[in-house]
Amino acid sequence: MKRLGLVLLALGVLAGVLAQPGGGGRYQIGTPLTEQEVQRWNIRPSILPDGRGLPPGQGTVDEGEQVYNAQCLGCHGANGQGGVFNRLVGEPFPVTKDVDPVDFVIGNYWQYPTTLFDYIRRAMPFQAPGTLKDDEVYALVAYLLYQNGVIDGSEPMNAQTLPKVQMPARAILELDPTTQKRFPWLRLP
Amino acid sequence: MNRRKLLQLLSKGAAAGAFVKLSGGLAQGGEKFSEKAFEPMRFLGAELREYGERSEFEKGVVRYISPNLRTRHSGANFTPLDKLDGVITPSSLHFERHHAGVPTIDPAEHRLVIHGMVERPLIFTMADIKRLPSVTRTLFIECAGNGQNGYRNPPDMTLTATRSRGLVSNSSWTGVPLAILLKEAGIKEGARWLIPEGADAAAYTRSLPLEKALEDVLVAYAQNGEALRPEQGYPLRLIVPGWEGSIMVKWLRRIQVTDMPVMSKDETSEYTDTMANGKIHAFTWIMEPQSIITYPSGLQQITRGFHEIRGLAWSGHGRIVRVEVSLDGGRTWRRASLEPSPDPLSVVRFKLGWVWDGRETVIMSRAWDEKGNTQPTQEEFFARWARNNRYHYNAIQAWRIQADGKVVNGDRTLSASLAPHRLGAVGLGGCGGES
Repeated sequence: MKRLGLVLLALGVLAGVLAQPGGGGRYQIGTPLTEQEVQRWNIRPSILPDGRGLPPGQGTVDEGEQVYNAQCLGCHGANGQGGVFNRLVGEPFPVTKDVDPVDFVIGNYWQYPTTLFDYIRRAMPFQAPGTLKDDEVYALVAYLLYQNGVIDGSEPMNAQTLPKVQMPARAILELDPTTQKRFPWLRLP
Repeated sequence: MNRRKLLQLLSKGAAAGAFVKLSGGLAQGGEKFSEKAFEPMRFLGAELREYGERSEFEKGVVRYISPNLRTRHSGANFTPLDKLDGVITPSSLHFERHHAGVPTIDPAEHRLVIHGMVERPLIFTMADIKRLPSVTRTLFIECAGNGQNGYRNPPDMTLTATRSRGLVSNSSWTGVPLAILLKEAGIKEGARWLIPEGADAAAYTRSLPLEKALEDVLVAYAQNGEALRPEQGYPLRLIVPGWEGSIMVKWLRRIQVTDMPVMSKDETSEYTDTMANGKIHAFTWIMEPQSIITYPSGLQQITRGFHEIRGLAWSGHGRIVRVEVSLDGGRTWRRASLEPSPDPLSVVRFKLGWVWDGRETVIMSRAWDEKGNTQPTQEEFFARWARNNRYHYNAIQAWRIQADGKVVNGDRTLSASLAPHRLGAVGLGGCGGES
């Protein structure tokens, strides 16, 4: 009986060894990429709140107005006041609970300046996303922040200036308490 | 009502009369009824088919698409909850929410890239992903905008169960645990976040804590036993159990591992909650408990006599352990029976037998999950969330049974202090599906 137990144990260990995936506890499935190859797949890179991911280039408010009128006005209306699609321009102070959601705009609701660059380059114009040049995106961001009264337009938007812009609504943004309890380490940027 | 009580009622004859009336009503109400129905077919039926379709008589069971949408390339439609049974949502009727149309993707061409703070950036083909160990789970997906019609005041009297809570669907999902893919790539010290990206025209992105990804997130390729539907992310999507649907990135093409969330547009300007204390809450991921009576529900018609009250309940916090139904406008509550649930984070079906005496009344349901969470009244909800919030509405939905048997929205008009300054507090948030 004892010997049978030992044989079974040995078989069990052997089975365990055979069931192990390849080296390092991995299945060795998936093809490694070099960093250069990764960049071919990272065509619309994410822009982090600290500015990581922002490309070279820059744009001014005046340049942005031209791009806006050519590319955005049809949906978002003159001066970003809203048209068929969302209003973009409003006051540079945070929303209150009395503001209608149709009036949630960049100046009173968006909390991170980098989101503007990330989203416009990623998803706009609606019918032709991914077609704007980086300089055009910087210019649009400058124009929209200026129209919302968030920046004075004295310097162009670029990888250095954009992450430093303070968005008014960041002051009222908090982490959801249920989420905080679940992930005590979590902090909003 | 339990079986014994029902039998007691039957023996008293009170309900027996109603039963006779019910069966008569079915024959009368059953549209056309002719001699033909008494005999089998006299001619051959349809031939074998490679891919089945539902009966031509069921073509009216469709997703609800609001007539007020600005475009059908961005927005949402609703699962017809008031016309379905059981808990599995047919794949063709799973609610849709997308931001730039449904892409057409050839799975032979599709790739998933994992990069960033990893030891080995990797690229996976669909064949690679299907070779890895698989997991199948029955899980709900609910849009954070579900219930958005509850923000309307005065209440919308044409509301249906579909338009009240139809931004939820429940499916069997099969895929590979994301933890396996991440282990293949090797997570570097200091990594905390994942930024998954879709292959749709909006290249949709969100931030997902690595910790959640390692627990139970799936990279799914199958839905109810067959490949994902295109509108559900074909060929590959994230399934994040219990969390808001918008974080479950579809058409998944790239995952960047980082030490910081991206704060993308859809986790800052949308899918954030405005609160009664004036703050905006970010990362409101876990879906609170919900329940909805699907029969009898808004715009349906009932007759006197027996009805099985039926509904759906779910919670992102864990298993639904109790659902109560009130038949008298919330004064008293009875415990409904729950059908066995295949998974803690699946929708469950609740039922309660009821003999309607023909008098006007208001019925409603409320659910509890295993963590003790339950649904608020509208007043309790708006004590926490602002009137101009757009998301996570889970207040109790009431249905009024009128004396003529017609069912309408039974929610009360909110007090003046809670009424919005302007109508249209249901904003252009996009995921509420209506405007």
